[in-house]
Amino acid sequence: MLSTFLSQIANGLVLGSLIALIALGYTMVYGIITLINFAHGEIFMVGAYGGLATLTYLMPTFIAQRWYFALPVVLVGGALISVLVAVAMERFAYRPLRNAPRLAPLITALGVSVALQEAVRVFYPGATAAIPFPNLFIEGTWIIPIGDGVPIRYTGILLIVVSLVLAFGLERFIERTRMGRAMRATSQDRDVARLMGVDPDRIIVLTFAIGGALAGVAGVLYGSYLNNINIDMGFQNGIFAFTAAVLGGIGNIRGAVIGGLVIGLVKALGGQYLPGGTAYDYVWIFVVLIIVLVFRPQGFFGETERVRA
Amino acid sequence: MDRKRTVVATAALLAGALALTACSTNRTETGGASSGSSCDTSKGTLVVGFVAPLSGGLSALGLGMKNSADLAVNQANQACKVPGYKLALQAEDDQATAQIAGQAATKLASDPKVVGVIGTLNSSTAQSVAPILAQKKIVEISPANTNPSLTQGDNPASPSRPNPTYFRVATTDAVQGPFAAQYLVGKAAKKNIAVIDDGKTYGAGLAAAFAAEAQKRGATVVAQEKVGEKDTDFSGVISKIRPLNPDAVYYGGEYPVAGPLSKQLAAAGLNVPLMGGDGIQDETYVSLGGREGDLATSVGAPADQLPSAKAFIDAYSAAGYKEPYSTYGALTYDATNVLISGLTTAVGSGTFSDTTRGALLTAVQDTNLDGASGKVSFDQYGDTTNKVLTIYSVQGGKFAPVESGEFQAS
Repeated sequence: MLSTFLSQIANGLVLGSLIALIALGYTMVYGIITLINFAHGEIFMVGAYGGLATLTYLMPTFIAQRWYFALPVVLVGGALISVLVAVAMERFAYRPLRNAPRLAPLITALGVSVALQEAVRVFYPGATAAIPFPNLFIEGTWIIPIGDGVPIRYTGILLIVVSLVLAFGLERFIERTRMGRAMRATSQDRDVARLMGVDPDRIIVLTFAIGGALAGVAGVLYGSYLNNINIDMGFQNGIFAFTAAVLGGIGNIRGAVIGGLVIGLVKALGGQYLPGGTAYDYVWIFVVLIIVLVFRPQGFFGETERVRA
Repeated sequence: MDRKRTVVATAALLAGALALTACSTNRTETGGASSGSSCDTSKGTLVVGFVAPLSGGLSALGLGMKNSADLAVNQANQACKVPGYKLALQAEDDQATAQIAGQAATKLASDPKVVGVIGTLNSSTAQSVAPILAQKKIVEISPANTNPSLTQGDNPASPSRPNPTYFRVATTDAVQGPFAAQYLVGKAAKKNIAVIDDGKTYGAGLAAAFAAEAQKRGATVVAQEKVGEKDTDFSGVISKIRPLNPDAVYYGGEYPVAGPLSKQLAAAGLNVPLMGGDGIQDETYVSLGGREGDLATSVGAPADQLPSAKAFIDAYSAAGYKEPYSTYGALTYDATNVLISGLTTAVGSGTFSDTTRGALLTAVQDTNLDGASGKVSFDQYGDTTNKVLTIYSVQGGKFAPVESGEFQAS
């Protein structure tokens, strides 16, 4: 069944693009301060709630009713909230522990993750349960006329396009700009970078801010695609994104994107064709991870390319 | 200096956040403030325990249950139902998680003032709560558990009651699933049905009972799939069942999954009705994506159409609770009243002690009460003898009752 196969490819690409967008934040932060920021999934969740708050509380109906006005504003609103939270998190939770043993910031990250989830649960009205999130893009589904038809929602296409554009832009930024060069320098050797006139604190804040913005955008697009959000969404997707970053080679931008897409495709195709069906689709993701790590412990792009964000 | 201060600030922040967590998970509330009555309460306070999800995805159902139990307790206090005692409701949040429910049950069981427990909502949580309470001979009455094994054991061919202190006023999935099949295959004439469940005790049991009866009635079950309880993206399952051209989808599980699933079915061009059990029959289902024409069964007859439930509904709205009484309101109210009237019989003019528990158990077993949901009495397994179910359909954004009845074997 060709159309079923292509449908699952489409499903996988949509999920994979979302995971890639979150994985970029994991991989950048790890690249620059070798911290696995487990609270990054929560930044994604906060972005979705921030976007929804922008739409619900700040926007005149005139704008809210037209997606081409509302979408950019909500994306910016969600990204802004995520950036604020990510930067505050770096300043108050991680910076004081910068020279502490590596376990300390890791445990702190877990603590921040729980704290953010509970803060949203307590303070966002109605967040004790899933809340509906409006579609911010063209309503409906494009049925690609192959075989029985391959349905893909317009919001899914938006997710794929935005994700790839942002990932490409980020790579350009890191490769081609002065700031990007400073980021690479800081990731290679913080002290030498400081001697060369780079302020590592500023670069680290910038890294958290960029990762936060991408996660915030991902949160809003996720809400718009699935039409409801809950405080657990950061946990599950965060785990996948972390897996994607490891799979692609943690610290590597291109690796995070490829890792995300691989995970999306494995989940979709594994649920369709492998024994156990959709009940076991998550299992295949981690089977693939284990197999890859056995043969390439550094992930797809881990060592061959030393350029890290 | 600066460094040190920040560390302290961070620690304080985290400690605060943890304290918040603690608050939100261990919330306990005692009975309402309306103690304007002049009953004799010289013998102290007896506690009615309550376990259900008060936060998380299923809190809409759980909070309605809590309020209904609270209402029954307040009314009993006002009417001096248990001579010499004041009743208090102690509500525990189980977050729809079996392990947390078990902790709540242990906590309640360790308090000698707890006379009985109302709850739980989920069958999976009841499986951990019921044995803990049974050990201490504490009566548990569930308004909502529908998995058959809770009362009849794991082998339907030779039923044996696993928890002697467990009762329920809701009928079981052994009736609910087949009742849904009777309607969907019979009246709605659907012949190619895809069955999906969430793999939990309730959902898997319901889906299996439905599928067996649907096949018996001549329908084809084109697919049987499982989704995760926390999943949000169902595109994989939907792409899988779409080529099989089902004319209906039956889902065993609850509304946090069912609502988005229904919406995503339509978005993928599969515009067929989704049907589920009492776990999806809540208004939140529609706001999360449930479509017009989707179907649900629920235990009992609709409260707002039952003459017997009018007094309950009036009292509920007069009490001014924030949340609606929801699907299980009337049943919870009845369950609480069963416990209280059992207590009246068992305590009489004496005092409540551990030896009274046997008499309370007998009194509950022999219940014969005209409740809000109808007549309440129990069979030898602790199941309700009231086997009425209702089909609901989403119309104008709300579940509207279609027909009530009992299951007739084909």
